[in-house]
Amino acid sequence: MIKDITLGQYFPGDSVLHRMDARVKLLLTAVFIVMLFIAKGIEGLAVGIVFTVAAFLISKIPLKMMGKSLKPIIPVIIFTAVLNLVFITTGDVLWEWKFIKLTRDGLDTSLFMVIRIICLICGSSLLTYTTSPIDLTDAIEKLLSPLKKVKVPVHELAMMMTIALRFIPTLIEETDKIMSAQKARGADMETGNILQKAKALIPILIPLFVASFRHAEELALAMECRCYHGGEGRTRMKQLKMSILDLWGTLFCMVFLAGVIAVNYFTKR
Amino acid sequence: MAIIKTEGLTYVYGEGTPFRKVAVDHVDLEIEKGDFAGIIGHTGSGKSTLIQHFNGLLKPTSGSVYIDGEKLWDDKAKLRPVRFKVGLVFQYPEYQLFEETVYKDIAFGPKNMGLDEKEIDRRIKETARLVGIPHDILKKSPFELSGGQKRRVAIAGVMAMEPEVLILDEPASGLDPKGREHILGMIKEYHKEKGNTVLLVSHSMEDIARNVNKILVMNDSKLFCYEETAKVFHRSKELADMGLAVPQVTRVFDRLKAMGIELDEDVYTVKFGRDLLLDKLSKRKAEQN
Ligand SMILES: Nc1ncnc2c1ncn2[C@@H]1O[C@H](COP(=O)(O)OP(=O)(O)OP(=O)(O)O)[C@@H](O)[C@H]1O
Ligand SMILES: [Mg+2]
Repeated sequence: MIKDITLGQYFPGDSVLHRMDARVKLLLTAVFIVMLFIAKGIEGLAVGIVFTVAAFLISKIPLKMMGKSLKPIIPVIIFTAVLNLVFITTGDVLWEWKFIKLTRDGLDTSLFMVIRIICLICGSSLLTYTTSPIDLTDAIEKLLSPLKKVKVPVHELAMMMTIALRFIPTLIEETDKIMSAQKARGADMETGNILQKAKALIPILIPLFVASFRHAEELALAMECRCYHGGEGRTRMKQLKMSILDLWGTLFCMVFLAGVIAVNYFTKR
Repeated sequence: MAIIKTEGLTYVYGEGTPFRKVAVDHVDLEIEKGDFAGIIGHTGSGKSTLIQHFNGLLKPTSGSVYIDGEKLWDDKAKLRPVRFKVGLVFQYPEYQLFEETVYKDIAFGPKNMGLDEKEIDRRIKETARLVGIPHDILKKSPFELSGGQKRRVAIAGVMAMEPEVLILDEPASGLDPKGREHILGMIKEYHKEKGNTVLLVSHSMEDIARNVNKILVMNDSKLFCYEETAKVFHRSKELADMGLAVPQVTRVFDRLKAMGIELDEDVYTVKFGRDLLLDKLSKRKAEQN
């Protein structure tokens, strides 16, 4: 079913990672990305791998979900691997065929790149798996709030993001319903050439547009009825709170970052 | 032979996620041709999920569905013909309108069936008459109509396919009493004219009591019973335990019985209750004289 597309991919749970403050998680994800990118060799990357695996185990997210987030980028991974294999031609030659030359360096580099991408995706998807979208936008708003000084409408942007996220499941549900209703009237969406398939979308898109406009209007009205007037002086029901967990999380992350730097330093060649 | 038959029908939403929910649990059911059945059950009892199996929109997690003796989902190519045989009107069907004119929107289903222009035109005219859409509205855009009119157009869109089984999910919800009366009246008319099987999901026991001859009760994803109206309303105690009420007039007569007034029949429509009471009163008068 269409619901299987995970957009708001929050996976509820009660692990340490779930309970950490969204702001801290967001910043630590940035640190994690830095960690992966400053690793010079496979040894430094190994530290990053250990960190990813550790975070994954702590989060208690099923392995299946990781597979789900990796699936869409498989083409990118393959492309990167092939590109590095083919275009790096220094080092010992392992295999040769006409103008294609596979070398030791090429193999090393492409392996390094592939592992890095996999770690990157798995690590950062842990952020979205363990943080509800609403918390995430709240965190972004908080972290960007210094930009308000230079007249960036941070609150409005965050509110737009929150609303968009909030309505993704609603619209998916709506699409599902409309699709079912049109299928019940014999709409055929599976067969036919591209033109016919595009035409078959009309009975779904038009009601969906109508529904979106209706939602927008109703929401605007509801917000106005509750005296919404922007971010000025607005308080929140759910405050983001930092706890001792966040301190431990940060320390944990920093240790690994230091680890990568140390490994980089000692494996100078 | 039963037109709709299910065996151990089970459907689970969100299998393998924390949101897992068994919405239909081992339902064995046989609905005969020509039945006019009501489907009742508390909110979230699985009514809407159940009926979406009857025209192959949902694939059972386990168990099977037979339409006219033919098993669904054995051959995916055969699903589309099933949808012409079993017409399903969703809740709030007015949100599925999309065409430029009402006429074209009603024609969508029949066109998908591959009927010719003349037959489509005949069907549109006929269903428009049945659901009470005046001729001049056929040329209008469906988006300029009132809510009740839109609802009728949407129902007409499915009726025009002349399905052997017509299923409607709360077709009268959100309408005023007159609108409800009209929608239910035209469904009854459809059943009478065509003799086709009709299934009606509703939360209003009064509407159910007045129209259908059999009732299917869903409770907590399970089939509670599928029996004649009188038999079902006779079990008012059990219904109340599920959070369902029998029609108000049935409750009145239950109280009368409890007060010692002898009535040999169950009452579930006001009209029948009135006749029964008048009859009783006139007999008593005759005795006194
Ligand atoms: N698309 C869906 N995804 C996940 N769960 C669903 C979905 N649709 C329904 N459910 C769940 O399945 C159960 C049965 O829902 P269903 O819509 O069949 O109930 P219903 O009897 O039609 O209720 P109502 O009288 O409110 O229309 C409910 O608990 C509901 O939360
Ligand atoms: Mg329902």
